[in-house]
Amino acid sequence: MRLAFSLLGIVVATLLTVAMLFTPGWVRPPIISTQTGYRGTGQEQLISAQNKRILEAANALPAPIDKASPSGERATSAYKNVKVLTDLSTDEFNRLMVAITQWVSPDQGCGYCHTDDLADDGVYTKIVSRRMIAMTRDINKEWTSHVGDVGVTCYTCHRGQPVPKNVWYENPGARHAGGMAAHNYGFGHPSTSNGTTALPVDPFTPHLLGDDNIRVVGKTALPTTRGASIQQTEQSYALMMHMSQALGVNCTFCHNSRAFLDWSQSAPQRTAAWNGLQMMRELNAVYLETLKPLYPANRLGPLGDSPKANCGTCHQGVSKPLYGQSMLQDFPELGGKAAP
Amino acid sequence: MALLSFERKYRVRGGTLIGGDLFDFWVGPFYVGFFGVTTIILSALGTALIIWGAAMGPTWNIWQINIAPPDLKYGLALAPLKEGGLWQIITFCATGAFISWALRQVEICRKLGMNYHVPIAFGFAIFAYVSLVVIRPLLLGAWGFGFPYGIISHLDWVSNTGYQYLHFHYNPAHMIAVSFFFATCFGLSLHGALVLSATNPGKGEAVKTPAHEDTFFRDSIGYSIGTLGIHRLGLFLAVSSAFWSAVCMIISGPFWTRGWPEWWNWWLNLPVWR
Repeated sequence: MRLAFSLLGIVVATLLTVAMLFTPGWVRPPIISTQTGYRGTGQEQLISAQNKRILEAANALPAPIDKASPSGERATSAYKNVKVLTDLSTDEFNRLMVAITQWVSPDQGCGYCHTDDLADDGVYTKIVSRRMIAMTRDINKEWTSHVGDVGVTCYTCHRGQPVPKNVWYENPGARHAGGMAAHNYGFGHPSTSNGTTALPVDPFTPHLLGDDNIRVVGKTALPTTRGASIQQTEQSYALMMHMSQALGVNCTFCHNSRAFLDWSQSAPQRTAAWNGLQMMRELNAVYLETLKPLYPANRLGPLGDSPKANCGTCHQGVSKPLYGQSMLQDFPELGGKAAP
Repeated sequence: MALLSFERKYRVRGGTLIGGDLFDFWVGPFYVGFFGVTTIILSALGTALIIWGAAMGPTWNIWQINIAPPDLKYGLALAPLKEGGLWQIITFCATGAFISWALRQVEICRKLGMNYHVPIAFGFAIFAYVSLVVIRPLLLGAWGFGFPYGIISHLDWVSNTGYQYLHFHYNPAHMIAVSFFFATCFGLSLHGALVLSATNPGKGEAVKTPAHEDTFFRDSIGYSIGTLGIHRLGLFLAVSSAFWSAVCMIISGPFWTRGWPEWWNWWLNLPVWR
């Protein structure tokens, strides 16, 4: 009996050790490093050469499309029911339609949004696309504080898929006892949204749709008020975990961890990230959540909300989406114009 | 310090690893030896360079003096003296001084015909230091990954380097190391308390024996590891602390670049409940 238990123990321990040692994620040198602070402060970004090659391949640009002349016949006169791209020539308009098909619905083709009558608004995806084009132009004009002149195009998020890979829904979390018996506030359920930690599963609803305060660190050496609750604090940390994973960076990309809250000790990237958070809140509230009535049920989340964007939607594991390669320069059709 | 009458018996010639009889002498109570000389030279030079570095720096505030390693751009090459070269020389001096000290212990062991438990144990502490400032930088390809020499600055390095892996407490080797450190403290305090309690009986009582000590632990937890065994256990716990500290740093960066929480996906992905 004793021997049987010993053998069982040895087998279980061996299997667990094998699972640990061969879990995906281990890397080996050479490691490519970037220093982001004064020497010796430990502010560094690390990636293995192997993983960098994989990421670079995943972020290669799609095949270019020949440029179109902005002069000549206007799209509004060639086509009926043009509501957003009213300032384009017919050539530019056609080029953009070809590009969108290549970026968003390469397998489904034009029919993903259009019927034989191109002016028909009957397919919901067409209305969504129209809203997305307006959003893209809005980002490129109004949110240069975050996207710079690199800008965004449909491809930044879609990458050849009708629904971008990284979208989020409101997540009520696992079912737990409530009221007096409540023992858990959404903690302890590792998922991609909280960086596989025990932190809350939905940091997005309060922070990327709502505008809950993210800065929970006390500003004085000793507490003078009750400060933020544990729940708020963990929400903030979960959001930070998400940002790190979405951008493929660690905390020191923006922060000097000796004083997370201090802007004067933070990297300039923190300002870009702050602007990004403001941008996310507006895009989710103005463009994405309001599309809810249009979507069929299978596009909605468990609470019936529409798919929304977070940092990973564009960034996809890289601190500058597509490694900072600007597609907007080749697609002026998507830039420089505010939403009508 | 006066030489104790019985001490002369143990001051025997020979046992040196290097230098023959040249440095085979004592200064006061201290054995010198070739490695005593190199220890003194390297530690004096290293300390002097730290003071020189502090003199070139912006402050004499003991908390804020900082001798930082080079920028990562210098890779594994030598850096200019004021841009991390000093750190490189000091690291060389420190490593040399520590290893010299261990080899001096070896020579003393050989003189006394003892085994090498002490230098081997000390070697684990050296390994922990060397893994931070030599092994990990070599694996990552830049001396700049070493920690800076300064009271506050090395803490800042620890903090940021920990946050490079989002939450360092999820590092499995760090968990093991911390557990061994706690166990070492626990074991050492129990051992010290037990010996003192046996040797400090109440007034008028006789000093108690190892049999009493064994009985105390048999009565309380059903088992006593014994007088020799407790020292084996102590050595194992302490050496393991240093060893796993070294491992937890060597794997962070060269072999794992993501957040440590993600490593635990092996548990979430076990075929039993995946």
